[in-house]
Formats: sequence, structure tokens, C-alpha cells
Amino acid sequence: MSDVLPREVLICTIARLLDGVRHVAVGASSPIPAAGAMLLRAMKEARGAVGPRISILGSVEHNFFTNGSAELFDCAGQGRIDAFFLGGGQIDGLGNVNLVGTGDYPRSSVRWPGSFGSAYLYFVVPRVILFREEHTPRVFVEKVDFISAPGVSPEGVFRSGGPVALLTGKGLFRFDKTRPGFELESVHPGHDLAEIKQATGFRFEHEAEPRQTALPDRSTLDLLRGRVFDELAETYPEFAAQMRRELGAVDA
Amino acid sequence: MVLSEPRVMAKHIEPGMRVALPVDYAGVSMAMTRPMIEHGAGDLDLVCVPTGGLQLDQLVGAGLVRTVETSAASLGEAGGAPRFNAAVKEGAVRLKDATCPAIHAGLMAAQKGSPFMPLRGLIGTDLLRHRDDWRVVDNPLADGGDPIVLIPAIKPDVTIFHVPMADRFGNVWIGRRRELAAMAYASQTVLVTVERIVEENLLADEMSAAGVLPALYVTAVARAPKGAWPYGLWGEYPADSAEIARYAKAARTADGFSAYMAQAQMEPA
Repeated sequence: MSDVLPREVLICTIARLLDGVRHVAVGASSPIPAAGAMLLRAMKEARGAVGPRISILGSVEHNFFTNGSAELFDCAGQGRIDAFFLGGGQIDGLGNVNLVGTGDYPRSSVRWPGSFGSAYLYFVVPRVILFREEHTPRVFVEKVDFISAPGVSPEGVFRSGGPVALLTGKGLFRFDKTRPGFELESVHPGHDLAEIKQATGFRFEHEAEPRQTALPDRSTLDLLRGRVFDELAETYPEFAAQMRRELGAVDA
Repeated sequence: MVLSEPRVMAKHIEPGMRVALPVDYAGVSMAMTRPMIEHGAGDLDLVCVPTGGLQLDQLVGAGLVRTVETSAASLGEAGGAPRFNAAVKEGAVRLKDATCPAIHAGLMAAQKGSPFMPLRGLIGTDLLRHRDDWRVVDNPLADGGDPIVLIPAIKPDVTIFHVPMADRFGNVWIGRRRELAAMAYASQTVLVTVERIVEENLLADEMSAAGVLPALYVTAVARAPKGAWPYGLWGEYPADSAEIARYAKAARTADGFSAYMAQAQMEPA
């Protein structure tokens, strides 16, 4: 199965991480998480089961909210959103996320857009998947410069949600909130443990020889390359077209 | 309600006022940006509901802004908000970094005439650490040991947005963009630009009435075709991403920003 693209591995891994959710919310510019959610829905429906509800923020077709931009957060506060994705300019080993900037706040030397809804959603969405393709020491740091949203909360602070996994372009980590910290679960094809250690600014647990991230089977790939990329093209036309170009290049 | 025009409406804005602006996809009155800059009332405290973009960046670039309360600032796919980011780095604007539901909660408190709204989350964030106006209290309805954050009411002096239509009675069609209603309920003055003004009363039909902000909350309405441009307007036209990218590139420097803003061609092509 050498013809599976790295981003297809990510999409299929996300579909696996989302298994069992009823409602997943995806950010406006997050084609890979959206594709993962759509793939899970397609896989469920192919088996005659009910797939997850998918809310894509900023989309008209995949957004059924009628109460303005507050409704997503109200919905999450009511426990109606099971999974969400967070990126981050910086993510540290305690699962803290920084979406604000580097250097001395408020006069950040590098300013990113801002925290958006993270300071709330991270607390109340049970299955938050941290997703950042770029896996470098500047992203995965020992300690973030600014906490937009903390990985864990002290005893007594209301916390029905939080991180469960961190998916990068090199591997998949599970988050253990009791320790707290990350454990390397698997390494994507073409990467290895030494490379991941080099690229990660925080310490993490791992097996001596971590396994490889599971690859999709043929029927999953067929669903992805057919129905899912068709659906994805409605909201993320450029991404879907690019994936199909890359697949064309592999086939050629 | 007064049927007005953008240049006249801008005169409602006085130095030091708190001004609420909507998120880029909800209906930004870009048609008001230029008149606001020409009018020149500065020291504004902007509230972005819940995030800001082009309009925020241009008002900051024009030097009219004292503080910015927002959950994020960016030009979307065109990248960071260049004049905002420069002002942050120079310390030229004071930041009140927020999170989206906190801004909605503050408006909700104002809507109800309450002093604050409690909100989950936030505890342990550096957002909370830098907000001396947000308070943590123990939930008085629990047996103790349940800290929760209080967000004070956000009461803008002025709210400004753009929507497809108003009727000649001043009722404004906001569809499912209910945050525009929340902003209006919370504000003293509400200035609305619209694509068109219709003859029929929008409240007369049950199907349209539920998506209407009644004239009770609307101070003035002005017709401004393509008034969200280069942003898009829901149900009407898409964003002009090439123009937003052109701005993003020009506004990387203060001179480039001035040159862009000085162009006579500010109306949509």
C-alpha cells in the first residue's frame, strides 16, 4: 500500500480518532479534520449505521446553526458537541495551547490571530484532537509563551473536556491527563522515533520500538477518494483538487 | 429610524466611544469604514464580535483605535491583520484578548440588563490573567469549591453592521445572524447599511418576521450597495479574496497602507 499519500494517512487516522462521536465541529479552514469527519460518516453509512453530525464553521451547507456565532459555544456548553480540533502556534508537553503569539505579551514579537473559542471549548468538548501538520521544535515546545487554553485543570475546576490526542505530520500521540503528558502511540510511514524526538521540544513517553500508524484498507481508500473528496470539494475546493492532483501523479 | 447615508451616520461616532463590529462573515459594513476615517473620531474602544479583520485593521491603521477587545484578528486566508499586528508590536493599541463565548456572554449580560454573565472555561488561561475586568467567584449555588468566571456586561455606544435589506419602516433583515441582534440589544446607537430598502413591512410576514431586527433597536439605516465589499454578504455575494489579498500585501507597511487607503477607487469595481 505504498500509494497512500501522507495526508490520506492523517485523514484516516482522524476518522479512527472520531469513532463513536455523535457531533463533531470543524473550524473554517481545516480541510484535513473535515475530511476525517466526512470519512467516518461515509464509513458508518456504508455499513448501514448512522454517521456523526458534522458542523463546519463558516460553511453554509454544513452548518445548521440559526442563532448566530454564539450557538456553537452554547451547543458545546450543553454537551452537544463531542469532538473538536485545535491547532496552535505552540503546543507544549502539558497539552497547553498558544494561539496568541511568542515573546512578551502583550507586545508579542510574533502575533498570531488569537485564542478564538479555545479558552472555552477545550474545557467543555470531551474529545479535543490537537492537530498540527508541522512537527518542529518551534511548534512543540517545552513551555508555551502564552496559555490560550490549558491542557489540564486543577481539582475542583469544572472540566468536562480536554485533549485526547495529538496528531502531527510525523506521528500520533495520546494524551494522559493523569500524568499529565503525551505518549507516542504510532509513527507515520517514512518517519521514525529518533526523528520525532529531534523534532519535539517536550519529553514524551514511548515504546522502545513504536509501531507504525495503521494504513487504510482498500475499501476505506475508495470511499475517501470517491465520495469524501466529492463532499469535501463543496467546502474546500482547492484542497480537494490538490489531493486529486497528487493522486493523479501517484497513479501516473 | 432615520434613512440616512454613511457619511452622515459616521457623525454619530464621538471620540472615546466603544464601537462593536461583527465577524467577517456576518455582515461587516465596509461602506462605513471610509466615512468613519474621514469623520476622524478617535480613541475608539473596538469590540469585535467575536473576531476582527479588515475593518478593524483599517481603523487601527488610520490611528482611530485606543483599545481592541477581540478573540482573534486576521484577514483569513490572506494572513495576519498587518496594521493591527504592527500596532500590537509597537504598543500603540491596548489589547483586551478574549475568547469568542466571553464576548457573546458580555453582550448577553447587556441584553438582559444584568451586570455580568458567568462563563465556564477560562480558569488557568493567560487570557484571564491579563483581564482585570473578568472576575473569578465561587458558584454561590454549589456547596463550595466551584470557581467560575464572571464576564461584565459589554455595552457598546455604537454597533455598526451591513445586511441585505431594511424596510422603509426601519426594520432590518438579519436572517440567522443573530449576533447582530445581540449587538444591537446591547448598544445605545445602531447604524446599519443595507443593499436595498424594500417597500413592504418585513414584520408583516411571519416567515420574514423571525429574522428581523425591529426598528426599535435601529438608529439609522443607509443604502450602500455592495456595502460589505471586499467581504462577502450572506445570501448575496461572495468575498473578493483577490482584493483582500491586495490589501494584505499593501498594508504590510504604513506607507503601503496609506497609499491603498488614498486610492479614489474604494467603491467596488
